Amino acid sequence: MANGTRGQGDGKEPPDDEAALSARLQRLGNRLATANRPVANVESQRMVSDPSALARGFRMSTELVAGVIVGAGIGWLLDRWLGISPWGLIVFLLLGFVAGVLNVMRAAGVAPNPSDRLKPK
Amino acid sequence: MQMAADPIHQFQIVNLFPVVKIGNSEIAFTNSAAFMLIAVGGIVAFLLAATSRRAVVPGRMQSVAELSYEFVANTINSTAGKEGMKFFPFVFSLFMFILVANLVGLIPYTFTVTSHIIVTAALALSVFLTVLVYGFWKNGLHFFNLFVPKGIPIYILPLIVFIEVLSFLSRPISHSVRLFANMLAGHITLKVFASFITLLGGLGIAGMAGAVLPLALVVALTALELLVAFLQAYVFAILTCIYLNDAIHPGH
Repeated sequence: MANGTRGQGDGKEPPDDEAALSARLQRLGNRLATANRPVANVESQRMVSDPSALARGFRMSTELVAGVIVGAGIGWLLDRWLGISPWGLIVFLLLGFVAGVLNVMRAAGVAPNPSDRLKPK
Repeated sequence: MQMAADPIHQFQIVNLFPVVKIGNSEIAFTNSAAFMLIAVGGIVAFLLAATSRRAVVPGRMQSVAELSYEFVANTINSTAGKEGMKFFPFVFSLFMFILVANLVGLIPYTFTVTSHIIVTAALALSVFLTVLVYGFWKNGLHFFNLFVPKGIPIYILPLIVFIEVLSFLSRPISHSVRLFANMLAGHITLKVFASFITLLGGLGIAGMAGAVLPLALVVALTALELLVAFLQAYVFAILTCIYLNDAIHPGH
């Protein structure tokens, strides 16, 4: 298709290319719209019918912070007890951050809850 | 006047009267304890009044009580299943206590019990310990499966288990900090904007015209705080159910 438009003439090349490009973009947009529509519909329906969406939003705000605080606290305590400063704090702060991200993903429903994976398959 | 304008002053603990003295530390009845008593007394009085008539067609009070029962029961059923209902008294008490304490705190000149992290931490730790004790009592060592995902390569498993444990330990912290921070921030915001009104009002006619703005904001914020007071109690209850679900359903 790109070859076809290019063959029409050198003088009108830029506008033709642009027209073809915009036509392709439009078709891509249409296809994306149809491909995404069912998903979007399901999403919006769930938003409307789920009164706890606001509650979920409130959950997100502290989940990440809590993970980091726990990691930093454990690292700091290990540093004090074992005298390995600053390695405990460095390692556990990173691990705590990972745990916090995991918490947020769970709160958002992206990652499965720990009790889900224990159900018999 | 200076004290009243201080937005933190509303959270100060005041000893009302001493109760016992242990060693050098005096244990006193504080304004926090007084408002906890008010919250509990209010809930008991409300439920007693609501259930005294026991009409088939509920009156106003009774239908509010039935509504709150059904709300909490539905929350437990949808997150923890039928077996979660044995924890209904626990979750209902937590929900009602936090809700009433939040609502009482919205009344001017009252004290907000849930704006102190020690109170919310105690509530969150009671949930955490309940999950631990009940989980180990019901499932034994099988409860540790909570930290071991299936289908993970063995060389990465120790790291994953570590992260899962950290994630589990962070639960009581996020549980308590969420409630405490929301109540604290909301009340400070209210107080700050309310003090803008008096500050602007003291500046003469132009100031009084300007004071309309913070006044409108305080009215809007009070409505928002009403929503937050309810939502935070709901979030606390639903997270309690989610955590209890881990203890109840560890696989078969």
